[in-house]
Amino acid sequence: MHYVIAGAGPAAIAAAEHLRELDGDSEVTLIGAQAQPPYSRMALPYFLTGKVSEEGTYLRRSEDHYENHGLKLVHGEVTAVDPISHAVTLIDGQKINYDKLLLATGAEPIIPPVSGMDDPRVQQCWHLEDAQRIIELAKPGARAVQVGAGFIGCIILESWVLREVNLTVVEMGPRMVPRMLGEKAGGLLQSWCESKGVTVHTNTQVKAIESTPDELQVVLESGEICPADVVIVSTGVKPRLHYLEGCDIDVDLGIVVDAHMQTSQPDVYAAGDCAQGLDFSTGETAVHAVQPTATEHGRVAAANMAGANNLPYKGSLNMNILDTLGLVTCSFGAWEGVAGGDSAEMYNPDNHQYVNLQFKDDVLVGANSVGYHEHLGVLRGLIETQIPLGEWKDRLKENPIGLVDAYQGVNQAALQNG
Amino acid sequence: MHKALVMEVDACTGCHQCELMCSYGKVGAFNPAKSVMDITQYDGGAINVPSTCTQCQEAWCMVVCPVQAITVNPSTGAKEVSAEVCVGCKVCTIACPFGAINYDPDSGVVTKCDLCGGEPMCVEACPTTALAYVAEDSTGYDKMLRSATLAAGLDAPRA
Amino acid sequence: MSWTGNVLRVNLSAGTCATEPTNMEWAHDYMGQRGLATKYLVEETDPKVDPLSPENKMIFATGPLTSTIAPTSGRWSVICKGPLTGAIACSNSGGFFGAELKNAGWDMVIFEGKSASPVYLDITNDVAELKDASDLWGKSVWETETTLRDRRGDPDVRVASIGLAGENGVLYAGVVNDLDRAAGRSGVGAVMGSKNLKAVVVRGTVGVKVADPMALMKSSNAAKEILAEHAVTGTGLPTHGTQVLMNIINEVGALPTRNCQDVQFDGAHDISAEAMAEVRESDGQANLVSNHACFGCPISCARRSKIDPTHFTVKDKPQYQHVSGGLEYEAAWALGAANGVNDLEALTYANFLCNEQGLDPISLGSTIGAAIDLYASGAITEEDTGGVALEFGNTEAFVSMVEATARGEGFGKELGQGSKRLCEKYGRPELSMTVKGQEFPAYDPRGIQGMGLTYATSNRGACHLRSYTVSSEVLGLPEKTDPLVTDGKAGLVKAFQDLTAGVDSSGTCIFTTFALSGDDIAPMVDASCEGDWSVERFVEVGERIWNMERQYNIAAGFTGADDTLPARLLKDAAKTGPAKGHVNRLDEMLPEYYELRGWDASGVPTAETLNRLGL
Repeated sequence: MHYVIAGAGPAAIAAAEHLRELDGDSEVTLIGAQAQPPYSRMALPYFLTGKVSEEGTYLRRSEDHYENHGLKLVHGEVTAVDPISHAVTLIDGQKINYDKLLLATGAEPIIPPVSGMDDPRVQQCWHLEDAQRIIELAKPGARAVQVGAGFIGCIILESWVLREVNLTVVEMGPRMVPRMLGEKAGGLLQSWCESKGVTVHTNTQVKAIESTPDELQVVLESGEICPADVVIVSTGVKPRLHYLEGCDIDVDLGIVVDAHMQTSQPDVYAAGDCAQGLDFSTGETAVHAVQPTATEHGRVAAANMAGANNLPYKGSLNMNILDTLGLVTCSFGAWEGVAGGDSAEMYNPDNHQYVNLQFKDDVLVGANSVGYHEHLGVLRGLIETQIPLGEWKDRLKENPIGLVDAYQGVNQAALQNG
Repeated sequence: MHKALVMEVDACTGCHQCELMCSYGKVGAFNPAKSVMDITQYDGGAINVPSTCTQCQEAWCMVVCPVQAITVNPSTGAKEVSAEVCVGCKVCTIACPFGAINYDPDSGVVTKCDLCGGEPMCVEACPTTALAYVAEDSTGYDKMLRSATLAAGLDAPRA
Repeated sequence: MSWTGNVLRVNLSAGTCATEPTNMEWAHDYMGQRGLATKYLVEETDPKVDPLSPENKMIFATGPLTSTIAPTSGRWSVICKGPLTGAIACSNSGGFFGAELKNAGWDMVIFEGKSASPVYLDITNDVAELKDASDLWGKSVWETETTLRDRRGDPDVRVASIGLAGENGVLYAGVVNDLDRAAGRSGVGAVMGSKNLKAVVVRGTVGVKVADPMALMKSSNAAKEILAEHAVTGTGLPTHGTQVLMNIINEVGALPTRNCQDVQFDGAHDISAEAMAEVRESDGQANLVSNHACFGCPISCARRSKIDPTHFTVKDKPQYQHVSGGLEYEAAWALGAANGVNDLEALTYANFLCNEQGLDPISLGSTIGAAIDLYASGAITEEDTGGVALEFGNTEAFVSMVEATARGEGFGKELGQGSKRLCEKYGRPELSMTVKGQEFPAYDPRGIQGMGLTYATSNRGACHLRSYTVSSEVLGLPEKTDPLVTDGKAGLVKAFQDLTAGVDSSGTCIFTTFALSGDDIAPMVDASCEGDWSVERFVEVGERIWNMERQYNIAAGFTGADDTLPARLLKDAAKTGPAKGHVNRLDEMLPEYYELRGWDASGVPTAETLNRLGL
């Protein structure tokens, strides 16, 4: 059995290692487009701040990890998939046959359609090389404009501040991280950033980036012009799918997969940031593009690839955690609430604290929090088990920060009742 | 067979001696805030629930870690965090459905129970039978696992 | 090491918080908590100061062992000049607040002056700030604690606060932490209220380091083993709590009953530990829900209780129908036997009210008992009591008096001044069961002779926790002495007083001394602290503290004449039980005690004694 995995990110590696566990005699080939050993984008912000070296971003610690696990790493980029002949084509023309294929090609940054993006002082922050380039540009005292205050944008904020860069953030959405935080939570994050000396513009887009030899001028729709020595673009990502053009694999926002992580073609699976898989909260499919979903996708896909589709997946819970200049925010599941649902809220702007819990009947279905970093995992436990909260729902409504009490209380009650 | 740290709610009086010893093992000072064993008290202190990592087979934290900072100690079965490798991204802290791995802003990395290499200090400190370190096939472990499973309630696929 | 080395000085008049290094010379001479804080008070205030004036200071103090692995390391104290007595006041509490304060990096917090408007102190590690508490003034301890926890948004903060009693200047108002642990005695809560300080909220994540952690673990483990194997600390207290004593002391004939008219109470069993554990007919539950431990305590003597929801005291009052701090022996006695009330649920309710509004149940119960005696003697009438027929054994009347005092309403205002002032006001001072103005606790000195000397000489007014000779005279610990004999009691009292002063200054709980001796405790201090802490030094520090407190009281105006007991105990013989026919023979013990202390015949420490102790 030859398993081929297009990609070498977290979903790909999780799948490859699980395939090796489940099917010891098989052949597993990973095709990675990056020059470096497989690395983690989650770790790039910490590379930017200097907390870890380049090696510190690698997904696996030892150089011979893949070899030791019988995993073959091929450097190359998949340019075509042929489900009929069970083969993929690489950029250099090489064809690799597979018995089962996993598409884990990840995501790529969205480039906003504005002029001036090609100036060398305008940088993405996606690949390791981008990070290295940014480190060179972001000298102390430099003026930086960051376009986009999404998930990645907020994590990398800290590296600018630590580098003593004068930072302005421009977000087109109504608040920071609009896809992860509600109005109050996003507002708290903004005021926090502002209190740390960051200028934040929301509800406005970049119209153009004009270059002069001395500086860049970021022209906002509002008319304001922000002078900059460096512009960092982090306006979100989209699944990397161009290689599937002309291939008969269903694509919507991402590669559509079923409960077994299989695409519309037999023996072809997809996982991670490129996959549009089942969402635990909605029962629909969605592209999460977050690390927990990616690794789960990888493992569930591997199990089904090795086990003849015998492991249905009830979907991944969308969840996120961000540390922006020391303020931790997180989101779980249906944090915006569900129809006919109920909620509990604690809002303490003085301390930059916020907890919002969303219920369906007496089951927790989603949550947002700002300013908390301990025992957040219990939110996942409560949501994914769909355990009835009983009297604890009322207690949570009275005291939303008593989450750990509720978690333990519900658990103990369930034990008592057998 | 590995041994397991078993927590018995009914026997816990909420004295926090376990947290004192645990924190000493972790940071070299008596500082319950740094303990990875936690006592949750509710109902006016009538109920005290000790909890920490159950070293679950699924090990969501380990699977999700983007830099392989969490590995299994083969002698104890404990999932251990390498402070040198951990970048502090916190993704494990939301992935663990027990809330048993947590970020420490002072060190910039996550911390969790590592069974103290096979001699858990919390068990030594416990003045009652609330904490014990016993063979995995003991009844206490079975009961605790049931509690853990209830909490996680997750299908096994991710294992 | 072990001491944090930091003192937080809060000037309420100026609204400032400042950090200063702990005076380590004093720390080596007075250890911490009770001893060290008293040393600061002695050095910084005039003993003649009005206790409720801004010139009095109030100190929250931890000990060197607080928040270490030493068993029972959750103790902390409030030290000030006491308004009930005019003597030194030092009230000791457990729970979790003290450990949190220490973990935040503080040996002590010294409060000076008076705030112009209500404030609370907000501490997170080394950051301390006074904040407006206008909205908290008028709230109970329970509401204050919940409000501050929510305001901080941190489930792990700890709070110490005063309720209405402290605000209203009830002279036996306490400072309550963790909802139902209290620095209860001597009116330290009234001092806090007089300063317009409503609460202290603290979160500590700094931690405590000790000089030799391995040695501390070794000595602590040895101590824990002794505590676990001992009948009192390993079985009696965890199972029954301090209430284990109710039936025992009643049988000894030393349960002060109906304002000390009797020494045995026929309703004792109804309000005992055994009764707390019995299943009620009404709801099929027991009053006692579980035991509970203070921070770092392997004994776990605290009670968690739930009142019968159908009982008249809590019907339609959901705020009292949850589980909360249950009756301790002293509270059950003072609220119950002292008033002839045997309704366990009513007493539990009264106890909840004491916690909720910050009252010392001993002084409250004893004062109500005195009021009933006044009523019986005709000194007060229904006109004074607001129409209540104050009679021994009248549960409804008793409950209404507790409620009135907690809320500062009607006759409750007079009850809030304590039994000495109450009885003096109505011309019957002899009906007040107090020493130096403080109500004495649950041991009748006619049945336990040593306790007479204990009460008479206690530096904070009548108190059992300054030398608990009950341990020897009733429980036989460390060795049995005859409770009806006065021989040897002077030495016993002195030894207990000195050891207790040491323990109270260490950060650990006096209850350990049922099982532990100085030989077990000193090694833990020695391991934690700089320098050599032999048992001799430990006890000498205790003796130094005792004499310092005595000197303070003398300077405050007390004399040997105040080392006495109410006439009822000295003249009216016990009517029943083993002590039948006995009065307390204080005169047989006091001169010997003075001599052993190195004090002159009028109770003043001699120059030689002061010199020997470095005072």
